[in-house]
Amino acid sequence: MKHLLILGGGTAGTITANKLRKKLPKAEWDITVVDRDDKHDYQPGYLFIPFGIYQPDEVTKSRRKYLSDDIPLIYAEIDRVDAEAKTVSLVDGRVLPYDQLVIASGVTPRPDQTPGMDDEGSWYDTVFDFYTHAGAIALAEKLKTWEGGRLVVNIVEMPIKCPVAPLEFTFLADSFFIEKGMRDKVEIVYVTPLDAAFTKPIAAKAFGTMLEDKGVRLEPEFMLERVDTETKALVSYDEREVPYDLLVTIPLNMGADFVARSGLGNELNLVPVDKQTLQSRKFDSIFVLGDANDIPASKAGSVAHFEIEGFVENFLEHIAGRDMTHKFDGHANCFIETGHGKAMLIDFNYDTEPMPGKYPVPGVGPMSLLKETKANHLGKLGFRWAYWNVLMPGRPMPIAADLQMAGKKVPVA
Amino acid sequence: MPVTTIEGHEIHVDDEGFMTVYDEWDETLGAALAGAIGVEMSDDAWNAIRFMRKDFKEQDDVTPTLRRVSTAGGFETKKLFELFPKKPAKKMAYIAGLPKPKGCV
Repeated sequence: MKHLLILGGGTAGTITANKLRKKLPKAEWDITVVDRDDKHDYQPGYLFIPFGIYQPDEVTKSRRKYLSDDIPLIYAEIDRVDAEAKTVSLVDGRVLPYDQLVIASGVTPRPDQTPGMDDEGSWYDTVFDFYTHAGAIALAEKLKTWEGGRLVVNIVEMPIKCPVAPLEFTFLADSFFIEKGMRDKVEIVYVTPLDAAFTKPIAAKAFGTMLEDKGVRLEPEFMLERVDTETKALVSYDEREVPYDLLVTIPLNMGADFVARSGLGNELNLVPVDKQTLQSRKFDSIFVLGDANDIPASKAGSVAHFEIEGFVENFLEHIAGRDMTHKFDGHANCFIETGHGKAMLIDFNYDTEPMPGKYPVPGVGPMSLLKETKANHLGKLGFRWAYWNVLMPGRPMPIAADLQMAGKKVPVA
Repeated sequence: MPVTTIEGHEIHVDDEGFMTVYDEWDETLGAALAGAIGVEMSDDAWNAIRFMRKDFKEQDDVTPTLRRVSTAGGFETKKLFELFPKKPAKKMAYIAGLPKPKGCV
């Protein structure tokens, strides 16, 4: 019996386990998933919790429930991977052998990596994140009674998972305060290490204009060195300061610590892989899916979904001793909530930046790219159902895994 | 690919002026590039540039990020901001004759 071991039972781990269980003969391969708990959160839902659009319990389900019954789920903390011996040691002492390993342990916000950020007394009092369940819930409580002042939304460093979420938070905050009749009591500042509101030129222009229209000040090229919780200010390496009354920050995102302990990761604990096959650059029997790898694509559920389509076929070729023929193109798409019941949608890959057009059906849509529409907003909300009922069980989605240029309006140079 | 001349050296650059051919660089050219953007090159600055070039080759032609120069190279981030004021990652790549570091999506 050969062993496929999957470290992480989140988005990537669950889709991979369920899809491969359907394709690998039970007599030859067993598949086991390891995770530290049974709490599978729909992370895109965290964004809505601070504003009361989702309740805390609406984003959490059981990992066990969404993994096929014939896939054992081990609840344990991982100590390290011994890639030479092909074993994984758990903190509780168990050692799991593998023939093939999938690392799908994601990235986690690390406020401890920025001096001052998680200072006791200010963390979850005046300084918040919404990239964790606990953070989003704490911020919801804060926003119920916050009477106004300067709200600073900050990104510490790229890459982060869901790179559009800080903008979405900002847009939703603007709507939230307008609806509460207190927008004039709030100053919103968006502080980013990027040199614009977003990374790619066409989208950056669209978002930059939106921030301006909503009266949000943009503070670009700001590399945060530390948070001064005494004076309540962000301080950059080049000694610029941005004072805050309420700070909502996206802390440094790092891969799991066990990746570092295993000697497999880079300076952010991300595992270097071939960007087309997702195979570890160092070890042939290790693949890294979802946020845990270092591919130059967004860290997003859509990327995990699209890359796994090709990975599953590659894996079957790989274990049969054949060359892997599917090349991941870096396809990602992201909904961006823009407030007042509307959203934008962007669709892009390694080589092609977001462009206007219709998705998924050229000319028809129903969703529109790089445009604020109600249909996009409904698409984003509706996606939660699809995540649990179509994507997690490993069922096919009626959209292409590769980026489709049909239906896109390519700007004339 | 545009070609430009800096102090007698003919080099291929992208449309932002970053060099595109690794082997066209040498340290006199690096010094000229630094001069062109007003950066004074101390020994510490040269050490950082040398690390950048070495790491680029070792990491399959990927320009190291500021974080990587700090953690893998052993340079303090604050110091890099002093040596290459305001935009150290971009300036170091420019001086070292490497592609602009990729802003992630």
